[in-house]
Amino acid sequence: MVQALPYLKESASQTAGPYVHIGLAPGAAGFDIYRQELGQTIAGPGVPGERIRVEGLVYDGTGAPVKDILLEAWQADANGIYPHPEDPRHGEVAPGFRGWGRIITDFDSGLWSFETIKPGPVPGRNKRMMAPHISLWLVSRGINIGLNTRMYFDDEDNSADPVLGLIEKENRRRTLIAQRTAAGVYRFDIRLQGEGETVFLDV
Amino acid sequence: MKPAEFYQRDRSWQPPALTPDYKTSVGRSPRLAMLSLQGSMSEITGPTFGHSDIDPIDNDLIKNYAKSGDPIGERIIVHGRVLDENGRGVPNTLVEIWQANAGGRYRHKKDTYLAPIDPNFGGCGRTLTDENGYYFFRTIKPGAYPWRNWVNNWRPAHIHVSVFGTAFSQRLITQMYFEGDPLIAKCPIVATIPDPRAIDQLIAPLDLNAAVPLDCLAYKFDIVLRGRRSTLFENHLEGN
Repeated sequence: MVQALPYLKESASQTAGPYVHIGLAPGAAGFDIYRQELGQTIAGPGVPGERIRVEGLVYDGTGAPVKDILLEAWQADANGIYPHPEDPRHGEVAPGFRGWGRIITDFDSGLWSFETIKPGPVPGRNKRMMAPHISLWLVSRGINIGLNTRMYFDDEDNSADPVLGLIEKENRRRTLIAQRTAAGVYRFDIRLQGEGETVFLDV
Repeated sequence: MKPAEFYQRDRSWQPPALTPDYKTSVGRSPRLAMLSLQGSMSEITGPTFGHSDIDPIDNDLIKNYAKSGDPIGERIIVHGRVLDENGRGVPNTLVEIWQANAGGRYRHKKDTYLAPIDPNFGGCGRTLTDENGYYFFRTIKPGAYPWRNWVNNWRPAHIHVSVFGTAFSQRLITQMYFEGDPLIAKCPIVATIPDPRAIDQLIAPLDLNAAVPLDCLAYKFDIVLRGRRSTLFENHLEGN
């Protein structure tokens, strides 16, 4: 026998289910209960940076939009600073910058969008800079454990990004890169399965 | 404290993406391998919340949507701690819950089950853990309800739970079940979890010590988020 190694085990995930909006965005479920719903403003009006809108669809393996997907976004400010005590520069984060948002689809079309400011590059591991990116987390009915991915920008230099560089098949890197479709507008479609399957991250 | 990575998530303990007995997962499950990523600043940080974000009544589902009186059903307290895998409480973290009413009906525009909406029950609550990771809610025990998977599938009574922790890589949504419910063993969503011990960890025991005599019963539900390394040795997360 050896000594016990008394770590706890992470609670198992269970699907967020079709009614996730009741808990996380009751207005979308059809009722008003809280003084304020959380995650509606990633970057307040005074936050410096390029104002952008990101929109897209999440597709299932049959190519149909996942109309009940819920996304959460987490990003740094325009200087690459996270509003979190463990970011060494967090004291300099832009006032009014929350960095986190909750994104609901249009239930009829599955289309989602959110407004924010474009993040700056963030220092990565071993002092390698990471290209500007937004971390995304997806949950819905049929997804047993939330899916993590990242969104990069096609008008930034992504060539030295250490995370994109880990994707062995270069043609899959583009699944993480949003396309600029108009001034300040980016399109980012996510494919859960099948041709063009998005790269998901085990973070 | 120096920034530190989280322990690798145990993917053999967590449900896989593809679980054919839960049919909706078939078309919504990635089939290619995930890219395993060592934590960077983007993963070890995450949103923070404070008491200005929520109101004290938000954790009382008996009162937070009451219009003409209290909701119908069995009054219960759900309480416990949010811990990490090192057994440490996770303070000041946001816990959000949602659930069906006592008849098994959700207040959601997409729910068409024939059981009635309760005019006094919204079905959602939220709270912040205290400095020791402790949280509590007061609510109504949810009812079981049928769902379209096989012809005659019923969900065991459950409460959905969403937790943040301190980092985006700790983000977790799960479901709490109730001790003694015979539907737990028959549920294809519960069965997406491969290890029976992991299922047991989602079943809240009746906690009579926490019940309020002549008022409400109580169930205890601890939630465990991923733990992280201690930083006895520099782990090169940022530099060098």
